[in-house]
Amino acid sequence: MRLTCFALGLGLSLSPAAAFEPEDHLWIEGSSDQVLRILSTADLDVFTPYLMAFHAEHPDLDLDYTVVSSTDLYDEIHSGGVYDVVISSAMDLQFQLANDGLARRHRSPITQNLPDWAQWREVIFAFTTEPAVVLVATEYFDGLEIPQTRQELIAILRDNPERFAGKIGTYDVRDSGLGYLFATQEDRATDAYWRLSEVMGRLQPALYCCSGPMIEDVMSGKLALAYNVLGSYAAERLADQSEGRVQILRMTDFSNVILRTALIPATAPNPTEAGTFIDALLTIALRDGAEDWPLPPLSAATASGSGFGPIRIGPALMVYLDPLNRRTFLSEWENAILEQ
Amino acid sequence: MNDTRRGTGSIGRRLTLYLAIVAALLSLLSWGIVTGFARQAAEKTQDNVLSAAATAIAETLRSEQGEVWLELPYSAFSMLGAISEDRVFYRITANGALLTGYEDLPVSTDPSIRAGEVGFATSAYRGEALRMATVSRRILAGNRPVQVIVTVGQTREGIAEIARDLSRQAGFLSIAFFLIAVVLSFFAARASLRPLNEIAKAVSRRGPSDLRPLRRPAPRELAPLIAALNRFMDRLGQSIRRSEDFIVEAAHRVRTPLATVRVHADLALRNAQSEAERDRLRQMIRAIDESSRSAGQLLDHATVAFRSDDLLKDQISLRDLAKQTVISMTPTASMKDIEIDLEAEALCVEGDAVLLDNALRNILDNAIKYSPEDTTIEMRITAQNGEAHIIVTDQGAGLGDDPPEMLTQRFKRGRNAENIVGSGLGLTIAADVLFAHGGRLELRNKAEGNGVCASLVLPLA
Repeated sequence: MRLTCFALGLGLSLSPAAAFEPEDHLWIEGSSDQVLRILSTADLDVFTPYLMAFHAEHPDLDLDYTVVSSTDLYDEIHSGGVYDVVISSAMDLQFQLANDGLARRHRSPITQNLPDWAQWREVIFAFTTEPAVVLVATEYFDGLEIPQTRQELIAILRDNPERFAGKIGTYDVRDSGLGYLFATQEDRATDAYWRLSEVMGRLQPALYCCSGPMIEDVMSGKLALAYNVLGSYAAERLADQSEGRVQILRMTDFSNVILRTALIPATAPNPTEAGTFIDALLTIALRDGAEDWPLPPLSAATASGSGFGPIRIGPALMVYLDPLNRRTFLSEWENAILEQ
Repeated sequence: MNDTRRGTGSIGRRLTLYLAIVAALLSLLSWGIVTGFARQAAEKTQDNVLSAAATAIAETLRSEQGEVWLELPYSAFSMLGAISEDRVFYRITANGALLTGYEDLPVSTDPSIRAGEVGFATSAYRGEALRMATVSRRILAGNRPVQVIVTVGQTREGIAEIARDLSRQAGFLSIAFFLIAVVLSFFAARASLRPLNEIAKAVSRRGPSDLRPLRRPAPRELAPLIAALNRFMDRLGQSIRRSEDFIVEAAHRVRTPLATVRVHADLALRNAQSEAERDRLRQMIRAIDESSRSAGQLLDHATVAFRSDDLLKDQISLRDLAKQTVISMTPTASMKDIEIDLEAEALCVEGDAVLLDNALRNILDNAIKYSPEDTTIEMRITAQNGEAHIIVTDQGAGLGDDPPEMLTQRFKRGRNAENIVGSGLGLTIAADVLFAHGGRLELRNKAEGNGVCASLVLPLA
């Protein structure tokens, strides 16, 4: 079913876009009738402070904020949905939208301050750098070293199948746009990915659509380890409150860093206000660290932490979105994760 | 003089202007060429990368269970992203049926594209110009041959941006080159014109009667000018000499018979019987005197002109000189009962005694001429401000209303001198002599009472 949606993007329309299911919704009443419609993958508990801050600056605008999955977001914009701002952590899908001409340019003094790697053609703007992390519940690692690399993780999982069976969580890459991006980028970066996937596959992993439930299950002790969680501040705060029961690990051999990006769809009814909103996000993104926001800033330090830099915004992101490549990748992934 | 100079314009400025125009044209040309190259290079780079991307995709084609199968290589797209931020589109067909990619990509179905060759095309797609590279590959799927065509396209905006950036930089460079060239042109023009200016200076430094040929090294282009100038000066000199010779000759020829006539007139006067006859003879003698005096002054003038050309530099005591001149003038003065009172400091000047005596004699002669009978002419020689002043003061009628400069011009006489014998050359001679010695003649009316005060000013030795 998802495949058809991607095929749409490439002009292979097989079925009309289905109406999407909003996961959450927030309406902030402004003093005028002008409505800024925002379609986003960021949860309300993460994003509400940004909306409130913008509302304080621009009280005249109504803010209509809808949370959807990254694939639904892509489908909605691709089938002509009318929004002013689109925010997603699935960089590849954002890029596909921009490449297909579904986004418009925006230029301001703030966008000109952005580092080159944080924007593409003045169409896509990154406003966070977020690493992919591993969340572990330390109680499961009694008597074992906490793994720092994929090699160590593979060894520990392989050597203790009874301890970790059913206790490993990761994204269902068939469902999650972000999970698919993480997986494909790891496939490209390290050959340990497939060996790890095979080892995890033997442990009957739990598959998740999104980071939130995965974090919850690690906190509650249902999971021993969640692989490839988006390392936002929320996760860190939860880990801090757990008194050492939960740890956040950044694999030292390689870890993905994604950029959460915003763009203005070509159909935006209020492009000027949308630009103002993006500028406000970028101003927060370029802060010098003193302020406390739920999402990490655009930081070259985070970005270069893995030694690879953040995933580059560029046409290469389209490669794994190609239906043929996606079919191949998913079949390999299913072989590794599901059928062992 | 200034007007004529302005009228024909400045060669230096014109030269600078022409060089600047040439520099501007060259700068413009080089900017255009660099811009063209930059665009070509950027487009060529894009073509190369597109071709590499298309080829890389074509190379992953394989047949699997009778189906054509391919895996888009990550590198093919990441290299397209590396050259510029441009949108990328692709389309892969097998026997005309879409395998993957953008179905509506305007691929030219050019049958001439042969296996292994890359075809390029530019067309509009989704509102932007698209550069596309197409490769074709034939593979066997099962046992039927399949013609696979891989097309990769990229918009040209980023490429154009790169070319524009290069062009802008080239533009700045061209402007800088132009400005440097203008400054250099200015100096080059000045340096080229220096010989001309030096010759002009050398000519203008010359004295008014210096007609010697110019003998200085000059660029080849100026040789004809100098030769022409020298020929002209030579002719002018010859002409002047001829006329001077003529005047001297004429004066001589007139003076000698005049002297004879004068002797005879004197004799006749002495022997004259009637008062009427004596009157006529006196008028005659007066006319003869005037003529012979004019002839003498013409000779003097010629002498001054001749000797000034190559002035002697003798040490001369002004007191001795003045004494002798006064002595030689005393007979003339005593005819009118005029006394010449000389008071002189011992001063020395450099120059030609004959000329200075001549000048002094003319001034004294003038003073005697315009003084009433039984008066005194004062002559004082003093040093003032490092200059020797010979001040001759008479008790005559004064200069009248005419400006003093006029009186020193050749053959010009004051309006109040109409009934007095004179040629109008005396003051000219004196002024010429003083000028030749680096001095000047100053004429003014006396501050108190009647009379003229003539100052002959000379630099002290």
